[in-house]
Amino acid sequence: MSRSGWQAALFIGPAVILLTVLLVYPVLWTIRLSFDTGRGLEPRKWVGLDNYQRLFTEDKRFLDLTKFPPEGALANNVLWLVLYTSICLIMGLLIAVLATRVRYESVIKAIIFVPMAISAVAVGLIWKFVYSNDTDIGVINALRHGLWGADPIPFLGREDTVNYAIIFAYVWASAGFAMVVLSAALKGISQEIIEAARTDGASEWAIFRRIQLPLLALPISVVTVWLMINVIKLFDIIYIMTAGGPNGKSQVIGYMMYDQTFQGGKGGYGSAIAVVMLLLIIPIMAFNIKRFRSQAIQG
Amino acid sequence: MTTQAAELVRPKSSTLAGRIVEFISKTPVHIALIFLAVVWLVPSVGLLITSFRTRSDIANTGWWESLSTLNFTLDNYDQVLGGADMGSSFVNSILISVPATIIPLFIGSLAAFALSWIRFPFRDTIFLAIVALMVVPIQMSLVPVLIFFRNMGDFLANDKALITGSYMGIWLAHSAFALPFCIFLLRNFFITLPRDLIEAARVDGASNFRIFWKVVIPLSVPALASFAIFQFLWVWNDLLMALVFVQESSLLPLTVRISQVQSTYGVEWHLLSAGAFVLMAVPLVVFFSLQRYFVQGLLAGSVK
Repeated sequence: MSRSGWQAALFIGPAVILLTVLLVYPVLWTIRLSFDTGRGLEPRKWVGLDNYQRLFTEDKRFLDLTKFPPEGALANNVLWLVLYTSICLIMGLLIAVLATRVRYESVIKAIIFVPMAISAVAVGLIWKFVYSNDTDIGVINALRHGLWGADPIPFLGREDTVNYAIIFAYVWASAGFAMVVLSAALKGISQEIIEAARTDGASEWAIFRRIQLPLLALPISVVTVWLMINVIKLFDIIYIMTAGGPNGKSQVIGYMMYDQTFQGGKGGYGSAIAVVMLLLIIPIMAFNIKRFRSQAIQG
Repeated sequence: MTTQAAELVRPKSSTLAGRIVEFISKTPVHIALIFLAVVWLVPSVGLLITSFRTRSDIANTGWWESLSTLNFTLDNYDQVLGGADMGSSFVNSILISVPATIIPLFIGSLAAFALSWIRFPFRDTIFLAIVALMVVPIQMSLVPVLIFFRNMGDFLANDKALITGSYMGIWLAHSAFALPFCIFLLRNFFITLPRDLIEAARVDGASNFRIFWKVVIPLSVPALASFAIFQFLWVWNDLLMALVFVQESSLLPLTVRISQVQSTYGVEWHLLSAGAFVLMAVPLVVFFSLQRYFVQGLLAGSVK
């Protein structure tokens, strides 16, 4: 090898070794383990596609198509994908647009953004506190009780409210990201165009709908991709707030993988769930990287 | 975060009446924003106030009532920080996060330098392969890495718990997991450095390592800082990897310890509220002191 070749090897060697041993090889091993019972987290008995078949056709905790709407961890991820992603985007956009019109813009934006910095563990605790059905603890139930004497609702303990409650807690934690990206993009739009439209008598709504929104297409896709990947990797907030309960109603795939593998000892089954996660992320990331490369070429 | 707010607000009226009219015409905007600010603030403010209340107050009245009684105490923080459990976990979190930031920063910047400024075969292919690894969710590597650590410990010292019973495991796991993003971010920054500068140093006979250390690193502080802050907070806030790779209970970081306190003692809000704010204190200080780098790192991290 040439001299620079050797030097390059010294520079990238540590990174390549670490990545091979702790990332590439594990990925292959996890795929291998997903075709095995994997009891005790090591290969025991090859079972072919059994784990996948069980996941998609038998295990109602993973996917239950006999109900309408479908239930189970995977169905919950779809619910998250739809609700969490759209609410974060709408909130982020709304705040970004409104905040530019007032003098305390930076204060508002800091308030909305701060939860981005803190751990999902803290977010989970903060919202468990808010949702508590003790009217001396939970502010929502205290308000409902104080204002119209309503009986407290255990938001996190009821099957019909638990998912919406956790989704909103996580929106609280992530809308700031959407807001920052969209707000930066809004400021990049030339003020001259907007002033010209105003002079021509365009309404504020028409300006938003016809000028600002089309120019936000790219940043909106950046945020959407980020939020979608967040949903697929979801773990901490579920672990802290409900541990998947009540009755497994708030399970998501990222949590179920951990639960099956480390609490249930089913390494093969958990690995199959991890592989499903990877297969869901790949198309989203491929889209993302492709877009970044095309941007890099243009830029 | 914002500097141009003033320019974007419509031209200001000069008269007082004009200003009042302007303010009133924006009333719906003010109401909406203040409502949102309240929704965003109340949850954390509630928990913050609770963390300064006595245990019996918490059990008997809502936190909003101490806004009038003003009966506050530091006992909860005293218990949390002084207690053997959470106090030492705070130190553990630091002992985990700092090396888990420095190791990938060092290894990643070396690699990113070679990938930007040394010519060698398959350079772009290797770079793309590394970037492609960003798709891998942590869950894909948990089991094999855990088994690998056990076998390594067994091989090195006949002790399966050698690596997961120390910080080695969590440092290495976080480092490996951070590398693709680190290399992606730094390489994209390094290639924007002026070619003439690097070539001039080469002509002067500087070695690659010298160019890396004396030219590239000093010029790349913003990118290095963005990554370091992003990674530090990532590790500090992490729960999943710590649950799996830290098996020795005296070494657990705050995130794991707090989740244990929660599941063992149920609703001990006086401890949980103070614990949550101890956990949040570090990210908040980082956020408010280094906001610019933080937002930059986060935006760059949106590909992760």
